[in-house]
Amino acid sequence: MSAGKPVKTVLEQGDISRALTRIAHEIIEKNRGSENLLLLGIPTRGAYLAARLAKIIGSIDQREIPNGVLDITLHRDDLRSRPPRALTPTVIPPSGVEDKIVVLVDDVLFSGRTIRAALDALGEVGRPAQVQLAVLVDRGHRQLPIRADYVGKNLPTSADELVRVSISEIDEIDQIVIAGANES
Amino acid sequence: MSPELVTELPRHLLSIADLNHDQALLILDTAEELAKISDAPIKKLPTLRGRTIVNLFYEDSTRTRISFEAAAKRLSADVINFSAKGSSVSKGESLKDTALTLQAMGADAVILRHPESGAANRLAGWTNGVVINAGDGTHEHPTQALLDAFTIRRHLGTVGGDLEGKHIAIVGDVLHSRVARSNVLLLTLLGAKVTLVAPPTLIPVGVESWPVQISYAIDQVLPEVDAVMMLRVQSERMQNSFFPSTREYSRLFGLNLDRMNLLKNEALILHPGPMNRGLEISAECADGVHSVILEQVANGVSVRMAVLYLLLGGNIGVGS
Repeated sequence: MSAGKPVKTVLEQGDISRALTRIAHEIIEKNRGSENLLLLGIPTRGAYLAARLAKIIGSIDQREIPNGVLDITLHRDDLRSRPPRALTPTVIPPSGVEDKIVVLVDDVLFSGRTIRAALDALGEVGRPAQVQLAVLVDRGHRQLPIRADYVGKNLPTSADELVRVSISEIDEIDQIVIAGANES
Repeated sequence: MSPELVTELPRHLLSIADLNHDQALLILDTAEELAKISDAPIKKLPTLRGRTIVNLFYEDSTRTRISFEAAAKRLSADVINFSAKGSSVSKGESLKDTALTLQAMGADAVILRHPESGAANRLAGWTNGVVINAGDGTHEHPTQALLDAFTIRRHLGTVGGDLEGKHIAIVGDVLHSRVARSNVLLLTLLGAKVTLVAPPTLIPVGVESWPVQISYAIDQVLPEVDAVMMLRVQSERMQNSFFPSTREYSRLFGLNLDRMNLLKNEALILHPGPMNRGLEISAECADGVHSVILEQVANGVSVRMAVLYLLLGGNIGVGS
């Protein structure tokens, strides 16, 4: 990354856990409790974040919050621009999505295309009462009319920068960095 | 973001011999995910929207053709069915001309069933589209082997794992069976031990070089295996007499109630279909507790969806 912009850490472990705790409270506040909630994470990192959020909300409200994983691969609109992608298992809790308030969880909100695919994938599973969106980072540059209900951090970026979210479950460390586009 | 695929498949699916261990597992694991679609209330995905798939069938087939058609339609591809009967093939059109005609009409993939061994291979050299071998002569039938392995793994193995240490017997007309050839390659690739059981006249020449054991005594093999695959006696390919009478074949190599009782409790009975009930397999065995024959048919759709997705779902295989 000799010619690239420097790598900048924008959120560290403490910041991320505080952001998740705040989002958890916001979810409870907006929905007046945690009844009927179902958190669905979008692989890879969204799935771990959904599990973390479910745990935090559960400990605040003293109940089990169902959470799962929603794979969106087969609904992507960019499938043909690259080699076929591996599928990740979709995990829907036995209580299902029917009449639930589903909160989709992802790490970064960027173009909005992932969320569009997620809405399509969700429609195939069932018909929730409501769908909301929680993201750890909103970096702007939307290409579709989609917005998040809960945002950990608004991060103004230029379109060619890279936002990299690391989480301890798979990356050994909790942090979010911005890297210049020339970095490879 | 879902991860980029680490393993990629070859461009065409012509033979199991073209696959390595990871690629075979990738197909089975993808099929496992896609099988959930078959259980969902809405059995339709937009993934292959706008792709055209031609079922080019020079031989009669029920389950393979319908299975491919169902798989393609669940992924929203357009399917054109072509059977040699009632087409220009009966006016003498060659495979190559037919294939080029289909390509000119914009087929992204051709699924070929043909009586000549190697036909799919030849076709792959002529067209730009993806070629999937749905059975060529007595050579191979890769998707059948994949669905057999998928079915066996669902019962005896672990999701994501292979068939290490499992023992599978393939019984019957090995000589004429493309299903047997593909299965020997795939099951051994996945770590299973394979024993072929057949009258000596129905064992192919050169079998010594295959990674299998041979037996002529079915009663000794059955108590040891985890699954037994009965092959159809292919009367249409038998111009010579390979055994004295069907009754003798049935008595010596057919699966009947007494032989079924030799099996382990959890052992499986498979058959690629169509069955000659009363010849290679009795009705009690085909419909009994060990039988997974109908599951094979259901799994066939999932496995073929996986193959179509992996070959056509990305930027490869575009007819250009």
